[in-house]
Amino acid sequence: MNTEAVKNLLYRMADDALIIAHRNSEWTGLGPILEEDIAFSSIAQDKLGHALALYTILNELGEAEPDIIAFTRNEKDFCCSQLVEYPIGEYDFSLVRHFMFDTAEKLRYELLQQSTFEPIAKLAKKVSGEIKYHTFHADTWIFQLGSKGNEESKARMQSAINEVYPIAFSIFEPSSFEDSLIADATFVGEVELQKRWVERITSIVEGAGLKLPTIDVTSHYGGRNKFHTEHLQPLLDEMTVVFLLDPSAEW
Amino acid sequence: MNQKTIHSLDPRITRAQILSDVDEVPQYEVLEQFITFEVFQQQKSGGHHIHVGSVHAPNIEMALLFAKEQYGRRGKSTGMWVVPTNAVVTFSDDDLDMFETTPEKKYREVGAYMVRKRVEQYKKEQK
Repeated sequence: MNTEAVKNLLYRMADDALIIAHRNSEWTGLGPILEEDIAFSSIAQDKLGHALALYTILNELGEAEPDIIAFTRNEKDFCCSQLVEYPIGEYDFSLVRHFMFDTAEKLRYELLQQSTFEPIAKLAKKVSGEIKYHTFHADTWIFQLGSKGNEESKARMQSAINEVYPIAFSIFEPSSFEDSLIADATFVGEVELQKRWVERITSIVEGAGLKLPTIDVTSHYGGRNKFHTEHLQPLLDEMTVVFLLDPSAEW
Repeated sequence: MNQKTIHSLDPRITRAQILSDVDEVPQYEVLEQFITFEVFQQQKSGGHHIHVGSVHAPNIEMALLFAKEQYGRRGKSTGMWVVPTNAVVTFSDDDLDMFETTPEKKYREVGAYMVRKRVEQYKKEQK
């Protein structure tokens, strides 16, 4: 096992989970209806749990404590994809991002169940039920607002899909460790994941009477190599404000 | 002109004596709300589905989606049902007196049958 390669994979996944958790939690109290507010907030909490689990594995591999990793790094230390950094926008943007992100999460964790790196294989099995609900939630909304919706909801979904789809490919921006991860069967790699993701996304979007635009897949690359949008640092400043008042406090 | 101040359920608003710029509270004919669904949760495989509350949703698919997080996100669930509230048939309040039963019917109650001694006697005989 190439430890640096595994750590890089874990950081990419954990940072994605932490940042999308924070972004989606910004809807708490503002969701379109009470029930959806609770469901979306609960999904955000699940993501925070995934981030903690991944940072804990990193800690076991010699990295700092989870709280230190999560709350004391700056933008230039994060390797989350640019997709998770964007502000929540309107609910259509957040829903479509949730759909595209969680479809990738579901496929990634399914593939990781076969990983030769045991801690990640174990975690992938443990969280499979949670992530299945996340995609069930997302898919249901896409159908409701797509083929089951009205003209306004269809137009808004289509416009959000056009906006999010090119950004979503930032999830699959390859790292310099791809070959190593594939060689020792830690992970099948981003290219294979992206292929499965496009198939799945296409089938749901078209099934909901909507269309995927033609785009440049590399247009939002950067995040995996620590180049971020201007939205990440303000998010980190807000997320860490309480922790940094007293980093040694016992919670 | 003698303009009214806002009278609110929130006493802080009422105390602030804000002048009202509407003469009358607008009347809405239909509440802009979704219909409700009743949620039944099963906590143990093979157990009863027990009523745990309701959810608002535009249709039954969304009701199931919401019910899972409203009522299943904490503790253990092994199953969940959602039923449109208007599918539930019940008695009117006027008829609830039908549940009142006269006490002079011991023969209808389990406690009226003293069989423990006979059961124990039977078990003893089987040994």
